[in-house]
Amino acid sequence: MAVLDVNVVAADRQVWVGEAKRVIARTSDGEIGILPGHEPVLGVVADGEARILTSNEETIRVQADGGFLSVENNRVIIAADQAELL
Amino acid sequence: MGAQQRVFKQKIRSTSSLRKIFKAMELIAASRIQKAIVRSQSASPYANALTRAVSAVASESNVDHVLTTEPESVTRAAVLVVGPDRGFAGAYSANLLREAEELNRLLRSEGKDVALFTVGGKAENYYTFRDREIEQSWTGISEMPTPENAREIGEALLQSFNAESAENGVDEIYIVFTKFVSSVKHDPEYRRLLPLEVVDADEIASGGASESAKDSAAFPLYEFEPSAEAVLDSLLPRYIDSRILSALLSASASEQASRQAAMHTATENADDLIKTYTRLANTARQAEITQELTEIVGGADALAASSAGD
Repeated sequence: MAVLDVNVVAADRQVWVGEAKRVIARTSDGEIGILPGHEPVLGVVADGEARILTSNEETIRVQADGGFLSVENNRVIIAADQAELL
Repeated sequence: MGAQQRVFKQKIRSTSSLRKIFKAMELIAASRIQKAIVRSQSASPYANALTRAVSAVASESNVDHVLTTEPESVTRAAVLVVGPDRGFAGAYSANLLREAEELNRLLRSEGKDVALFTVGGKAENYYTFRDREIEQSWTGISEMPTPENAREIGEALLQSFNAESAENGVDEIYIVFTKFVSSVKHDPEYRRLLPLEVVDADEIASGGASESAKDSAAFPLYEFEPSAEAVLDSLLPRYIDSRILSALLSASASEQASRQAAMHTATENADDLIKTYTRLANTARQAEITQELTEIVGGADALAASSAGD
């Protein structure tokens, strides 16, 4: 099964990079869930928590404040002004 | 010990204590270059992601944004000069300010007024000494710029960009900084920040990964959340901040590299001076000994002559 290639970056560093089965993030319109094969999206990330379900069934929670999210070809980039692993 | 010898000894002492300072500064700068380069590199994933997103939005949606539209006439341009806080970096700040002056002259010749923004005490002093008005200046950040500093500067610049021309608003924003190419090569250069010209990601990330180059060829059709305008509204200021941050980081790496080179030269010069003074001191000592010998021999001769005469 296809996996998502996830990259979480903050303004001054890379926070997390890896493969995931599912990403849930909060945009200004509400939560967005991304599974492999999702259509390309560019969204504004609202302050809040993003949850990443990795390939090994681990859940990684990231606090992301302000920024954006882009999805294309199973590549997810969450670029936040400030991001921190919880 | 003769007076001449004492003078040389003193010069040797003071030069060797200066040499210690230069050497220490060289080592400090050398360790900071590495840190600055690491900081610059760790900021580049974010810069790359932003650039890619901005290019994607700009290339496929027909959204007009105030930050990307060329103004019909430019009456006033802002110039952000990113300089050092401290000296002891050789020609680093002189080269940078020369570049800034060149840009100023160019803008003036196009009939534009120049509003100055400066980063770093050296740039600030340069312009205040020449009675040039500075809109805003930031000091104390040139060696360790943070994303917050970049954001603060970005906000101030955007504010004046959004203001009307009558109220001290500007129509264009330029940034002058020193680009870090390698530890022995850093070039001062200027770029236009606003209105936005979207450039390739790998041009921004100095020496960073260039993977974005190969897949920036075609952008997929994006769905925008909530809308293209909103995405652009949120992306563009961040993009500006990230451009400013990468300029600040590149400038700080260049500053440390210039300082290291300057201090290395200073240490070598101090070594040369110490050598010269040691030679001179030795000559003085030998001259003194020779003179003393001559005096003793002369005195003994005189004594022998007087006793022989008895």
